[in-house]
Amino acid sequence: MAILSCPLPRPTTDRILLAHGGGGRLTNQLIESVFLPAFSNSALESRHDGAVLSAAGARLAMTTDTYVVHPLIFPGGTIGDLAVNGTVNDLAMCGARPFALSAGFVLEEGLSMETLRTIVASMRDAAWAAHVAIVTGDTKVVDKGKGDGLFLNTSGIGVVVAPHPVGPESVRPGDAVLVSGDLGAHGIAILSVRGGLEFESEVQSDTASLWPAVEALFEAGIEVHCLRDLTRGGLSSALNEIASAARMRITVEEAQIPVSGVVRVACELLGLDPLYVANEGRLVAFVPERDADRALEILRSQAVSAGAVRAGTVHEDVSGIVILRSRVGGNRVLDMLSGEQLPRIC
Amino acid sequence: MKFLDEYRDYASVQRMAQAIRRTTTRPWTLMEVCGGQTHTIVKTGLQDLLPAEISLVHGPGCPVCVTPLEMIDRAVAIAQRPEVILCSFGDMLRVPGSAQSLFDVKSLGADVRIVYSPLDALQLARANPKREVVFFAVGFETTAPANAMAVWEAEREKVPNFSMLVSHVLVPPAMEAILASPDCRVQAFLAAGHVCMVMGFEEYLPISRKYRVPIVVTGFEPLDLLEGVHMAVAQLESGRAEVENQYARAVRRAGNRPAQQRIAEVFEVTRRAWRGIGEIPSSGLRLRDAYRRFDAESRFPVEIGHAAESSECIAGLVLQGQRKPYECPAFGTRCTPDTPLGAPMVSSEGACAAYFHFGRRKENGDSIVSIAASDH
Repeated sequence: MAILSCPLPRPTTDRILLAHGGGGRLTNQLIESVFLPAFSNSALESRHDGAVLSAAGARLAMTTDTYVVHPLIFPGGTIGDLAVNGTVNDLAMCGARPFALSAGFVLEEGLSMETLRTIVASMRDAAWAAHVAIVTGDTKVVDKGKGDGLFLNTSGIGVVVAPHPVGPESVRPGDAVLVSGDLGAHGIAILSVRGGLEFESEVQSDTASLWPAVEALFEAGIEVHCLRDLTRGGLSSALNEIASAARMRITVEEAQIPVSGVVRVACELLGLDPLYVANEGRLVAFVPERDADRALEILRSQAVSAGAVRAGTVHEDVSGIVILRSRVGGNRVLDMLSGEQLPRIC
Repeated sequence: MKFLDEYRDYASVQRMAQAIRRTTTRPWTLMEVCGGQTHTIVKTGLQDLLPAEISLVHGPGCPVCVTPLEMIDRAVAIAQRPEVILCSFGDMLRVPGSAQSLFDVKSLGADVRIVYSPLDALQLARANPKREVVFFAVGFETTAPANAMAVWEAEREKVPNFSMLVSHVLVPPAMEAILASPDCRVQAFLAAGHVCMVMGFEEYLPISRKYRVPIVVTGFEPLDLLEGVHMAVAQLESGRAEVENQYARAVRRAGNRPAQQRIAEVFEVTRRAWRGIGEIPSSGLRLRDAYRRFDAESRFPVEIGHAAESSECIAGLVLQGQRKPYECPAFGTRCTPDTPLGAPMVSSEGACAAYFHFGRRKENGDSIVSIAASDH
């Protein structure tokens, strides 16, 4: 046997990689090393989906999100309703009733007018469904080749209705972890139409406003401790962010986490883990044990969260890790996604 | 999902674990050869279900991990040529070369693409006649038939702008190299089911006989692995050393003959360097003379300097089952999936990545804790 050694590569920190936008470990590093130090303030440092602000005696939530999804139109949605729902959901996760949105379009020269009309119509419909108005906007056009058809930024403000702070800081040992429905449909719907990987599937994106589910919880007086929509990085990233910010251990049962048959099959074939696949109409809610059953019942009464389940429990433990009890009864760490989730070789 | 759900069933898995506990009277060290098996073991927490006497060590069956540094540097250099579209399986992109990974040069503008099949790369060559499409062919006997097929089709259709950077390796010579090492701890093998699906398992008979070692052809689901362990332990406990087939739903004794014929037609056996392990005679595949014009190594001659090696990474010992990933001083501290020192921390089939993601992690500064040690 020859020398047993491996090379020392240069860590790539001098340049943006795609994984910096993946919602996993590198995204967090980017936020912590570049954005937080530059913009430091208390609203930002809470690291929630949106900022909660007090202005003129009102408690407001504000959020912004930029959409670069490709293709622009996919099974179950478009970049337009994705943006509206995503922004509405970020406000909802702050315990805020969505009030008004803005829309900023970056259009690439040559984009078909019909595509733009389709996208705008889907935004109108999504805004109507979420009872929110798009009240201001902006349009820029870039040279052909400088954009991917259309990039879209939406910002939103909402009025906080939550009586208590909603966020990782309110999570307590013993809290029940509720997941609002089956996971992975959005990510798989996008993959099924992405260049080079087209496969036939009936999977539709789950893009939807989560506000009805959140509103129902508050109206019923459930003491909601934390809410997070499961977007990039899927359930694992959301749980890891919360566990780490709350300095608690979260345990979840793999057998309880719902994944539809089609998504499971697609994930098996592609070598992906559905717990890391993106969703656009799913949330995780942390509620006290005593409210858990009632909260589940309320979630199940809303169409957007009809498939809600209890997936786990919060434990006192400063480690901030997430433990998954596997289907066969073994335990493992459910880690944050590192880099991009890539298909394996064999 | 048929053929998957029944092999992940809680009750069946618990029953098999109990059968292993009943059979085991002494300590035994078993090696699962394939990185896919390692991942199932760590990801489903199977080691928790085994008696303390059974120690599973992880083998060299991670194609990305054993691809030599020199070959990655070559791929990186070829990818930087403006006319080239370099295609590879996704995992390969992250593996560090001596200075850069394929991902690094992709972020600098090189045209590097992930494909799911070498035939997709061939299709890309047909669709881009003005570009040179190079497929980086790594892997074991499992990926060899599709790679052979792509070259065979390129030859039949005379596709001039397709070529392959071949770094294929073979499993049985690596198992022999591990057994021949004076530090070998392995008392039985769980052979890689998918490799045997292609090659059958007759070639393991002389190895089992020569080294008096049980070899059980094993699948990839939790129940498969436990049944493989049970069969291997039963052999060890009764003093037998035979080749057995746990994965009978996929593997036949003679394997897949047409696939073997296509491999033999396009490739020939050659010596091959294994990253972290060293050169092993007759342990790889290269293109035969008749297909040599599809060889990217000769089509794009590049100067590769001798790569600097770090003394800190113990990938070679991990790949031979002599160390567990967490026994490496750099594990989880200086070596993580974002700042890998070696390939096993990068690949989704690498043992170090499996332990980092699913099994153990850095906590409270430098100490590494096992999740098995904490209460649930």
